[in-house]
Amino acid sequence: MTVLSRLAGSNTHGQDSSYFLGWEEYEKNPFDESRNPNGMIQMGLAENQLCFDLLESWIAKNPDSANFKCNGQSVFRDLALFQDYHGLPQFKKAFVSYMSLLRGNKVTFDPSKLVLTAGATSANETLIFCLANPGEAVLIPTPYYPGFDRDLKWRTGAEIVPIKCSSYNNFKITKTALEEAYNSAKNQGLVVKAVLVTNPSNPLGTTLSKDEITLVLNFVSSKNMHLISDEIYAGTVFNSSSFTSVMEAITDKKWAHLLDRVHVVSSLSKDLGLPGFRVGAIYSNDPKVVSAATKMSSFGLVSAQTQHLLAGLLSDHKFMEKYITHNQARLKARQAMLVSGLKRAEINCLESNSGLFAWVDMRHLLKSRTFEAEMELWKDVLYEMKLNISPGSSCHCSEPGWFRVCFANMSDHTLDLAMQRVKSFLDSKINKNSHSYLKNSRRARSLSSWVFRLSFDDKEPEER
Amino acid sequence: MIENVGNDQVLLSKIATSNHHGENSEYFEGWKAYDRDPYHPTNNPNGVIQMGLAENQLCFDLINEWMMQNPQASICTHEGVHRFMDIAIFQDYHGLPEFRRAIAKFMGKVRDERVIFDPNRIVMSGGATGANETIIFCLANPGDVFLIPSPYYPAFYRDLGWRTGVNLVPIPCKSSNNFQITKEALESAYEDALKKDLKVKGLIITNPSNPLGTVLDKGTLRDLVTFINDKRIHLVCDEIYAATVFDPPRFTSVVEVIQDMPGIDRDLIHIIYSLSKDMGLPGFRVGIIYSYNDKVVIAARRMSSFSLVSSQTQHMLAALLSDDAFVNKFLGKSKERLSKRYHHFTGQLANVGIRCLRSNAGLYVWMNLQHLLKEATVEGELKLWKLIINQVKTNMSPGSSFHCSEPGWFRVCFANMDDDTLEKVVKSTPSPINKKRGQMELQLSFTGSDSLSISQLGSLILSPHSPSSESPLVKGRT
Repeated sequence: MTVLSRLAGSNTHGQDSSYFLGWEEYEKNPFDESRNPNGMIQMGLAENQLCFDLLESWIAKNPDSANFKCNGQSVFRDLALFQDYHGLPQFKKAFVSYMSLLRGNKVTFDPSKLVLTAGATSANETLIFCLANPGEAVLIPTPYYPGFDRDLKWRTGAEIVPIKCSSYNNFKITKTALEEAYNSAKNQGLVVKAVLVTNPSNPLGTTLSKDEITLVLNFVSSKNMHLISDEIYAGTVFNSSSFTSVMEAITDKKWAHLLDRVHVVSSLSKDLGLPGFRVGAIYSNDPKVVSAATKMSSFGLVSAQTQHLLAGLLSDHKFMEKYITHNQARLKARQAMLVSGLKRAEINCLESNSGLFAWVDMRHLLKSRTFEAEMELWKDVLYEMKLNISPGSSCHCSEPGWFRVCFANMSDHTLDLAMQRVKSFLDSKINKNSHSYLKNSRRARSLSSWVFRLSFDDKEPEER
Repeated sequence: MIENVGNDQVLLSKIATSNHHGENSEYFEGWKAYDRDPYHPTNNPNGVIQMGLAENQLCFDLINEWMMQNPQASICTHEGVHRFMDIAIFQDYHGLPEFRRAIAKFMGKVRDERVIFDPNRIVMSGGATGANETIIFCLANPGDVFLIPSPYYPAFYRDLGWRTGVNLVPIPCKSSNNFQITKEALESAYEDALKKDLKVKGLIITNPSNPLGTVLDKGTLRDLVTFINDKRIHLVCDEIYAATVFDPPRFTSVVEVIQDMPGIDRDLIHIIYSLSKDMGLPGFRVGIIYSYNDKVVIAARRMSSFSLVSSQTQHMLAALLSDDAFVNKFLGKSKERLSKRYHHFTGQLANVGIRCLRSNAGLYVWMNLQHLLKEATVEGELKLWKLIINQVKTNMSPGSSFHCSEPGWFRVCFANMDDDTLEKVVKSTPSPINKKRGQMELQLSFTGSDSLSISQLGSLILSPHSPSSESPLVKGRT
């Protein structure tokens, strides 16, 4: 057989990670409240399903946006033909005003600096194509979203060097960690082009503090690098005042020299719950980045049909304010439910203020403080509790025992049921007076055999 | 120790700062001239008429009518909103099953049901632009090359090579045999590439051809398939104009040809498709990769994460393309209208002595203006092109931007405007010509505009006193 490209044959797409077994098991036996109440509950999916009632009622009241119309007139033809990579002007205008709203109107965004892309997946890859040559590196705080391995490295040829954060200070970024990452890159012969932070964080569910932002800005300033801030969870902050965007931080005059080097990634997949529509964006003050990224967006433009619908939605400021308020409140309530449910099972979570997930501390349930033990615990959660959650190792966490557990992609009842399963299972184990339940698990399998099985299967990508 | 980048400037990547996006070519310059001064029948009758854009605008009425009769196809109507949430959260890179099935069925219909497409081999991408880039990422490494018959679509330079690092080696085709691909030209291009130590990974063809508007016959297709099979290189067939074949000979897809070639390694065969041309829906970004190679399907599908089709759009198009009665009617009407437009336009051109390559597909003609060149060079062609933009107030694409080996050919699109606008371009109106200080300055009336008609273009060019072509609209490149 003729050889394909190196890319096609490589594993950098990241889909051979053990994470995908969880997906496979879920798909074999998916939970359904009525039809399969004993099935596997999907808690590995960072989706926001809490506010569709609001969106659907908006659609019912706004037939024009919904149906290729503008002021009652059909614009179908115009939209069907619209492939200008500058994007639909009314959509970009509405998008930036929404971005501003999410940041408490403390920053104004210019639509001409916004580049639309097919999802944040495409935005992140495109930014790396613009900023880094093959073999150059990006520093990223751990734990981080597993999909970055694909999005930032696969086709670009860039490298990721982790900025190791740990639980002793609630996984905050420190100066030491930054310097260590930088030195590690240098020792590997890598030129570092950027630091990439996710704010609010996936998987931690926390926002960067002002101190952390200052630290990072000082760092990129002194090392002459770019800063990419992936802010796709900005709309999931439970309380707007606790979120500081890097764009707000750099309005301070002392960062004027950095304006061109700070780029934000945005999306409508998390806060609006519309991942299927593939709406992502890059925002940059550097006209060269905007120009190059705009041209690259040709490879993944947003459907004009979708731009039209969302232009209408996002321009309805009254509705968007109401949406944001309700969304924040529902997410907060949902998170509280998960946290208190886990607490009843004596499991703690990292204190969080955003996101569609909690960062759960299950270190005390490990047989040993190793990643092998983490995998065994995860298998137990998968097969005994029938919950699909994400192991910290898949997020490159430097400490074993942490798991990301999503809470916004199911009903209250399902979440409650999940919490009951956790408690029941752990109670039954405690009653048996054994901490070695993992050894006795009938379903114990070796990690290596999973990975072998997974290498040749075509699996769905990680959901953020 | 590696030092980080210098203090003077934080560098962008080589890709970002290169010109490999290709947007400095004349192909795009003409578009910019149009963007700066776009024709409008009432608001700007003296503006530039866009004939450089291969769009199919002839059948929107049919699609519009279908939309109104099928509100359930939209997830935003009363009839369709019950699907809103399921569709809005659907980001599976396999695509909606009904969408893949509908696309596979449509592709089969476009090929008169002579072939069947497997929905499990349908991979989505962001338009044919995304699909073409993705297939190259899957098949070739940076520095590898692909052979490509010229003239070819200008943006291939960007789509196939910009971020992939892959280069194109042209197989020049000549007007002496109507630009057909010959075995000699193919072998010669291949051998030359090998002599230069270039690693040839494949051959990419566009069938029907852009810019020629012609289809490949079965014999040529078989020869091409045999060639790539012998050389163990890939064949990528861009068939995005398949349903724009409006006259005989009928379209023969490569998939039809390989059905009768059992000895061929099908792992080498890949098709690119899109709804942008056949259905006139470029705004919806529907690109498709169809490969017989399982590993390519898997890799391309994973890469499609970077450019999935909006699920809202997938849902709508699944409904549209599953409606057999609509599809049959659409394909029939589209052919009819394209044929009518083509014959009317080429007939008018012939009346004023302008010939085009005989074609039966596409949304454009390949116009021969060699006789109007002052010099048979690329410079001569570009001077003529600037004049056309400036005086005829029409954007046509010069053959050099398609890497044509012979100057004087132009691609002129005819399906992206209404009948009235098309008339404006070809209509001939008598005009006063004023002499002024030894220089011919042409003042022409043209139903209210001050631009030339194509028929007058001829005498203008041949005049010894043609005005200089310093158009404020266009920076010509020679």
